[in-house]
Order: sequence, then C-alpha cells, then structure tokens
Amino acid sequence: MSSPLKVRIRTVLKNAGSLQNGVDALPDDADLHAAGLTSHATVSLMLALEEMFDIEFPDRLLGRLTFSSIDAIARALIEIGVQDEAA
Amino acid sequence: MKDLVSAAYEAFRDELLGHGLLISMGVDGLYGRSGTFEHVVERLNAAISGVGDPDGPEVMRFPPGLGRLQLEKSGYVRNFPHLAGTVASFAGSDHDHAALLGRLSKGEDWTDMQRPTEVALTPAACYGVYPTIASRGPLAATGALVDVYTWCFRHEPSIDPARMQMFRQREHVRIGTREQVSSFRTLWLDRAQALVGSLELPATIEVASDPFFGRAGKLLSASQREESLKFELLVPIVAEAPRTACVSFNDHRDLFGRAWAIQTETGETAHTACVGFGVERLTLALFRHHGFIVADWPDRVRHVLGL
Repeated sequence: MSSPLKVRIRTVLKNAGSLQNGVDALPDDADLHAAGLTSHATVSLMLALEEMFDIEFPDRLLGRLTFSSIDAIARALIEIGVQDEAA
Repeated sequence: MKDLVSAAYEAFRDELLGHGLLISMGVDGLYGRSGTFEHVVERLNAAISGVGDPDGPEVMRFPPGLGRLQLEKSGYVRNFPHLAGTVASFAGSDHDHAALLGRLSKGEDWTDMQRPTEVALTPAACYGVYPTIASRGPLAATGALVDVYTWCFRHEPSIDPARMQMFRQREHVRIGTREQVSSFRTLWLDRAQALVGSLELPATIEVASDPFFGRAGKLLSASQREESLKFELLVPIVAEAPRTACVSFNDHRDLFGRAWAIQTETGETAHTACVGFGVERLTLALFRHHGFIVADWPDRVRHVLGL
C-alpha cells in the first residue's frame, strides 16, 4: 500500500510524466526512465512536483537519479522537508 | 582566478589582432578573418574531408539562417532561448519611416521599430539537415550520412577569442537506426582524435553537456552527462583551464527523429548523431601552439594540412 505522499506523486506523474502505458501498473520502485520518462518529461515532472508541494529542488538533486522511481522521488521530497502524512 | 583567465583571453585576443589574423569589428565575439587565417581554415576543412569523404556523405551547404519555425520545431528555443538569435527588420509605413528618421537624427534607440522576420540565425550546422531528410520520406536501410558546413550564431558575447558569436561548424551527420548512429559516433571519436593528434595539439576527450537554460537546464545537462550523450574533444588554447571544446560528438537519440517524424526503413523513429568541428577554434589552437607564423609550424603539421 502506497503512502499518501506516494499517492500524490503518482497523481503528478500521471499528469506530467507522459508515460504511454500509464502509471497505475508501475510499482513504487519501477524505473521510470525505462518506463519511458524522457528527459523533457522529467523537466515537466520536476516543475509539477515543485508546484504541487510548493518546494524547489536544490541543484544537487537535479539529476536523473532523483526522478528514477516513485520511491526515489519520495526520498528526495522527504529530504527537502516534505512531510509524509502516514509517517 | 577569473581575472587571470580574463587577462589571458584579452592578451591572446590582442596578439591575434596585432598579427592581423583576426580583425576587430567592435563587438565582442564578432571578428573578420585575414587571408592567412582563412587559408588555415580551408586546409583544416580539406583535412576533415580527407577523413570523411571515403564514406561518401551527401554534401549539403545551407545559408547561415533557417526558418524561424524550424528553430522552434527543433526544440532550440525551448532549450536555449538565451543563445538563439532571430532576424528583425523594419516593416512600417512612410509615417513610421519619418519617425525612424527622427530617432536616428537624435541618436535615439530605433530597434523597437523592427519586427521579427521569418528568418532565424542557424545555431548549429546540422539543423538544416533534419527537415530536409524528413521531407524525403522513410530512410533507406543504409540510413543517411550528410556533410554540412555552415556559419552559426550563438548569443554569448565574450572576450575569449575562441568563443565567437559567429563562427563555422563542419559537421558529419548520421541518421538511421540506434546501432548505425552509435557506430558512427565511435568511429568519429577515433578519427577526430587521430586527426587532432596529427596536428600535434594536446587533446583530451571528456563527457560534456550543452548549456541548457535555467533550472530545467541543470536537470537536462545532468541527464545528458549521466547518459554520456555528448563528448567533447578539448584543447587548451588560452590556458590549461578552462580548456576549449574544438570537436563535439553528439548522440541526439530520437530527439530530432521525433521532432521531424523521420522514420527508418522499418518504420521506427530514426536516431541521429553528429560530429561537429569548430574550425575557428582548431585554427586558433594551431596558432596558439605552433606560433603566429605558419611558415614556422612543425613540418609534420604543415604536411598534414598541405600548407
């Protein structure tokens, strides 16, 4: 069962990730780049996450790894202070 | 550190101007070239042809401009808005002309009386190739190989004579399957190193990234590096650091294939890659390392270039 934070990440990913086969079937640890997340879609995803969570990713997190899975995105968001309500 | 580098740029630029190799035009990054400088550029181009011609590339020569919509469709405006240049021109009435004359006579700014035209300045030599190949329909099984050479513009004024705003790129462009594109890039990595080595210039190959704009650009640059999509052949010109990229090797994946709907023989989206030689930068590197008098260059280097 996904945490509330990961559910919210999935919502953003559905709108901004442009993934052809959708997001629902992807496990939290699935490689998003392998699932078709292009570099330009990664930029859209980054901007949409910043808007949703009202945060700004610091430069050190602006890399492929940060956006490589739903788990990885959740870790990055928690690292910069986003609260996961279920925690 | 920065001031030392700036001083070195200025000193090298002044030497080039003093020897008459470059001609000042009053704008940073905009220079005329002397006959001697151009002769070296021509011989470098001939040496590049000597390496690439046996592959039988199709030769295309484009003007230094392209359609504004082509620049947009290629993604350049999205990724590099700070480097892009478009051509604007006056398109007013007689009444507007009178206003223009009034401003000119008073020495006032007149540039807002210009309107954008359909022409943009070419940012990289290969940009004319993709729509041309796309317009021909699906590729043959062998893909496409094109030799281009074009004046390019990038808005990055600098006192570094190796960072010009208007310069020429000689490129070979490969369009085809992922495998065809990958082997092309590997082949040219070896060829370029051998060629620059024969010119007795100290060179290293490094993973690189393009100067994408803004915070989104930082992410794109990081991705490009992490996936090793761009390599540069670097030569120290002004100082040991920062070194100057004289040749670049770019794997665009299916970026231009998607933008222009280029298809392989089997109906897949085509991949593209290009190898670009900065001919002015290599020429500057030759003058830097071998001296301002071509007749004094090492015999072996002059032999390679036929000088």
